[in-house]
Amino acid sequence: MSEQVNNEKLREELLKLVEKNSRMDLKELAVLVGAEEIDVVNAMEEMEKDGTICAYHTLINWEKTSIEKVTALIEVRVTPQRGQGFDSIAERIYNYPEVRSLYLLSGGFDLMVILEGKTLREVSSFVSDKLATMDTVLSTSTHFILKKYKDHGTIMTTKKVDEREMITP
Amino acid sequence: MRNPLSDTIVQIKPSGIRKFFDIVSEMKDAISLGVGEPDFDTPWHVREEGIYSLEKGKTFYTSNSGLKELRVEICNYIKRSQDITYDPLKEVIVTVGGSEAIDIGLRAMINPGDEVLIPQPSYVSYEPCALLAGAKPVIINLKAENEFRLTAAEVEEAITEKTKILILPFPNNPTGAIMEKSDLEAVAEVVKKHDIYVMSDEIYAELTYKGKHVSIASLPGMQERTILINGFSKAYAMTGWRLGYACGPEAIIKQMTKIHQFAIMCAPTTSQYAAVEALKNGDDDVAMMRESYNQRRRFLINAFKEMGLECFEPFGAFYIFPCIKEFGMTSDEFATRFLEEEKVAVVPGTAFGDCGEGFLRISYAYSLEKLKLAIGKLEHFINKLRAEKEA
Repeated sequence: MSEQVNNEKLREELLKLVEKNSRMDLKELAVLVGAEEIDVVNAMEEMEKDGTICAYHTLINWEKTSIEKVTALIEVRVTPQRGQGFDSIAERIYNYPEVRSLYLLSGGFDLMVILEGKTLREVSSFVSDKLATMDTVLSTSTHFILKKYKDHGTIMTTKKVDEREMITP
Repeated sequence: MRNPLSDTIVQIKPSGIRKFFDIVSEMKDAISLGVGEPDFDTPWHVREEGIYSLEKGKTFYTSNSGLKELRVEICNYIKRSQDITYDPLKEVIVTVGGSEAIDIGLRAMINPGDEVLIPQPSYVSYEPCALLAGAKPVIINLKAENEFRLTAAEVEEAITEKTKILILPFPNNPTGAIMEKSDLEAVAEVVKKHDIYVMSDEIYAELTYKGKHVSIASLPGMQERTILINGFSKAYAMTGWRLGYACGPEAIIKQMTKIHQFAIMCAPTTSQYAAVEALKNGDDDVAMMRESYNQRRRFLINAFKEMGLECFEPFGAFYIFPCIKEFGMTSDEFATRFLEEEKVAVVPGTAFGDCGEGFLRISYAYSLEKLKLAIGKLEHFINKLRAEKEA
């Protein structure tokens, strides 16, 4: 029983670490969590296999590059289909590679699509040609992202400076 | 012209940390491992409560002992963490940092010539505060072979008929040492036998990495002879808010309140409102910071092991106290050369008492990235020293 609990605790601590920094190697992770390297290797492999860990991404501030990108949030109202609810319409939407994220929401609309394109035109033509024309889609409302302040828990607008005195008792 | 100064204060040595501070602050791009405060910001919900109190115009003095609501929360916290019951109306005082509690606690209890036992290495202010209160400080030199814990035998040996107070600075700055329940039980027996008091500075109580901190005040017969000092600086990353507290027997708290009333009036009002929020809703923040410190602690222990630097495993605070005796130089020489040659600042163990000679205080209140950078430089430096020694 206690081993099970400890294993859960180990997994939780590992997930919190790699969620913040996926570049940590397994040896380093083992040191930080105070576990044997082999246990960390096993835990990570299991979590990759069972889909707990889906992918290792990097958070990029594209505004710092010369590459143009436009991101939009699109609120979509749809008619759920008998026997399938929202899943089949969701699948039709998420299969487009330009769709970055797709969520089913409670409230005034049903699906939230996060879309990335090179230009405004590209995004708007996706909405008018592909999304709005789907049979079950009742309406769409597109919001363009003007500025990213914080993404994935990371503040993107300012870098924190250590303002502490160099030596304190 | 007449000498304007008090002999007592002139005779007190300035903090050993000061000298280093002056060198470091003149050096550009030095990396520091020398701070004694968290690298985290005060949790936002706590800061916001402070801001909100200002918006509502809570800008007046509080009662001398502190906001009643805060004293109640302090008592609740000590009840749930240590299972000790204090009366919020009579047995608690909110102070300007734990430091003020140390000062007024000693002043409230000392008669001229009383002896105060001060285990060292320890925080820099016990000895000066004891002197200012008119006491005779009696230093107990803690030993590396005991992992810098205080033993009952050491207390027994230092006690005389003039001994009045034992200062108990655990979890310890600068060594990171802790006292576990059995260690405390042994010391408590000696304290009771000789009828002395304990001033237990538990400012790092939330930062332990081997079971939960135990307060000596929770042991049988000890609450009535203990002043328990704690505060918000380390647990909630609130150093600049200057807020601490003392809990203890009514008779002592009453006299401490008198000094506090005349010298300070009350602790900062904004800080007190923020502190209520910290105690009510800050447990998760503390847990998050503790986990992060613990990871860095493990990282350093492992790094020292790999570079063959002798060090006991510290289980408290956010310091590690490696031994540098193998290099045949004093702590001061080591720290000075390390700063000059690698531009990394650490604090010589001697800043915390003579028996800190041969040790360094390294703080891990830094991000892992900064620690890695600094430890890389430490490794480079000690390899150089070892090569020098062989040549």
